[in-house]
Amino acid sequence: MTDTLTPVLTANWGAERSWTRESYEEHGGYQALRTALTMAPDDIIATVKDSGLRGRGGAGFPTGMKWSFIPQVNPKPKYLVVNADESEPGTCKDIPLMMASPHTLVEGVIISSFAIRANKAFIYIRGEVLHVIRRVQAAVAEAYAAGHLGKDIHGSGYDLDVVVHAGAGAYICGEETALLEGLEGRRGQPRLRPPFPAVAGLYASPTVINNVESIASVPSIIANGASWFAGMGTEKSNGFGIFSLSGHVTNPGQFEAPLGITLRQLIDLAGGMRHGRELKFWTPGGSSTPLLTAEHLDTPLDFEAMGEAGTMLGTRAIQIFDETTSVVRCVLRWTEFYKHESCGKCTPCREGTWWLVQTLAAFERGEGRVEDIDLLVDQCDNILGRSFCALGDGATSPITSAVKYFRDEFEAGTHTPASELFPPAASTAWAAPTVGASA
Amino acid sequence: MSIDQKTYDELTEIAGRYPEKRSGLLPMLHLVQASEGRVTAEGIEACAEILEISAAEVSGVATFYTMYKRRPVGDYHVGVCTNTLCAVMGGDEIFSRLKEHLDVGNDETTEDGRITLEHVECNAACDYAPVMMVNWEFMDNQTPDSAVQVVDDLRAGKEVRSTRGPRLCTWREAERVLAGFPDGRVDEGPGAGPASLLGLGIAQEKGWSAPAGADGSPAAVPASGADAAAATDASVEAEAAAVEEEAPTSTTAAEKKDAQ
Repeated sequence: MTDTLTPVLTANWGAERSWTRESYEEHGGYQALRTALTMAPDDIIATVKDSGLRGRGGAGFPTGMKWSFIPQVNPKPKYLVVNADESEPGTCKDIPLMMASPHTLVEGVIISSFAIRANKAFIYIRGEVLHVIRRVQAAVAEAYAAGHLGKDIHGSGYDLDVVVHAGAGAYICGEETALLEGLEGRRGQPRLRPPFPAVAGLYASPTVINNVESIASVPSIIANGASWFAGMGTEKSNGFGIFSLSGHVTNPGQFEAPLGITLRQLIDLAGGMRHGRELKFWTPGGSSTPLLTAEHLDTPLDFEAMGEAGTMLGTRAIQIFDETTSVVRCVLRWTEFYKHESCGKCTPCREGTWWLVQTLAAFERGEGRVEDIDLLVDQCDNILGRSFCALGDGATSPITSAVKYFRDEFEAGTHTPASELFPPAASTAWAAPTVGASA
Repeated sequence: MSIDQKTYDELTEIAGRYPEKRSGLLPMLHLVQASEGRVTAEGIEACAEILEISAAEVSGVATFYTMYKRRPVGDYHVGVCTNTLCAVMGGDEIFSRLKEHLDVGNDETTEDGRITLEHVECNAACDYAPVMMVNWEFMDNQTPDSAVQVVDDLRAGKEVRSTRGPRLCTWREAERVLAGFPDGRVDEGPGAGPASLLGLGIAQEKGWSAPAGADGSPAAVPASGADAAAATDASVEAEAAAVEEEAPTSTTAAEKKDAQ
């Protein structure tokens, strides 16, 4: 039986000067790189495939399979691009990883690039995290100085250059083809697929785009073997992942656990619901994953069980809200976010999110009409599956799930403002613990 | 006023980092902001000239991304997260208190040119909510009072530290780092804040770890037993030996593939 928590990626975060190469190597860092350089690239791909690692950026696509799609007969250069644009509301795992242990990512980048036979890799980090960018820039510089990067790495004959690229504020650039547009110096609007990036990605060349946590998991898989990784988690959701708890728990924070842990276990580790209040609703993996409620406390947090529950595992960004919180207020705020971040390329998303905000805002003011509840669902139906990329789909998730579980609150929004039904002061970090609490 | 020669040279240097120079545009615009205090017409012209594209194309990019500013930004850009989680935890209250205290609206700058206030979207620090960013450094677990204290200290010229990072620099200095020119502050601040270490601490306390083999993984906990690490080395060696037998490393793996 695997332990409840399994720190691997987070294991060295508390070490003294954890971000330095010296500290990382003291804890065994870059040993996996030396192993990898003795392996045939296809064997590395096979190991990652066998491990069952699935993309940690939300979609859960098998990482090794993504790598195997790179057509090695294509004479063009191959590229590895790391998606470090962590922006999905609630998601806060890649940023602390890169701040505390950027070398884990850099080592993963080198091994992964070697596997797909790329000689150039890019780490695309959102621009709004200055200190994290400093740490990754320095880690790359240190890796060059140690001969982990550059020409003829450790005598292997393999060359790799890494560029750290700062974004400039655009949620859409977390979408992999929009990210490529940003990396090519253009407006971050998604591309039509196919062709998929594996065939025609950066500069129309074969490109693998992986999330930070996916790439950071690779060194441990190479060091310990595919079966070690596959031995953790559930049948089809292998390995460990970082679960981020935020909101109305006593102690929010990061928990690295095998996939399949439950919210009940995680809340327990976080010291329970704060002030002994009731869990009202939560996101399993960011705001683009449909909301769940207290009835899902024991549902395993893996790809399959979350799918069966009508939602997605996503980025394991668990945002927790207690009974003091207005679901209408929350959903409106998320919808305003999607409206702001819609890139404008396709009509259902650009216009649809605008109309969703208009409709929802009326409910928050207590001025909604009963028939507008079904109108909201109908608007969502006209966006989901009809927009150009997943941003539009994601925008509908909080709304349709909120109507499903909390229709009565929308009905209340036809006569009473959300701020009267749920005074915002009661939900804040500094709210008094008792008043009206049902302990 | 046109772009000075040093900046122009550095813009050219950024473009040179990439296989295709247009890829440099995002960091180049960060450098324009570092040099000019905003994205200026002259900065756009310089980027267009270096990248051999039209000023309209550069302008189209500069207007797409929210970090690029066409109006002057204060010495300190203060961003209050008002995305749902932070808003509920008190971000809305912090933002309205700062608007009132500084007497500015969203995306406006105080008369003394010190502070630009803006509400921002999720900045990936939800376990430290409510969060405020100053020049894109984390100010974790804020309250209306603590936020007011931060902006007052900044306006008074006092040194302010990020709660999970270094001494705060100016917005223009920050933009220079984003353009890829480090400022030497990388070693300031902790590796991680307390919330980031919460699960790790509990695991250490309870003696929980990844299964055997993990103890020798790159990220091994300092307290891990040496025996487990040795066992892992052996298994890795065995695996490496197996690979060697299958595909000798006298020629590099890449060459082998090319030869096929």
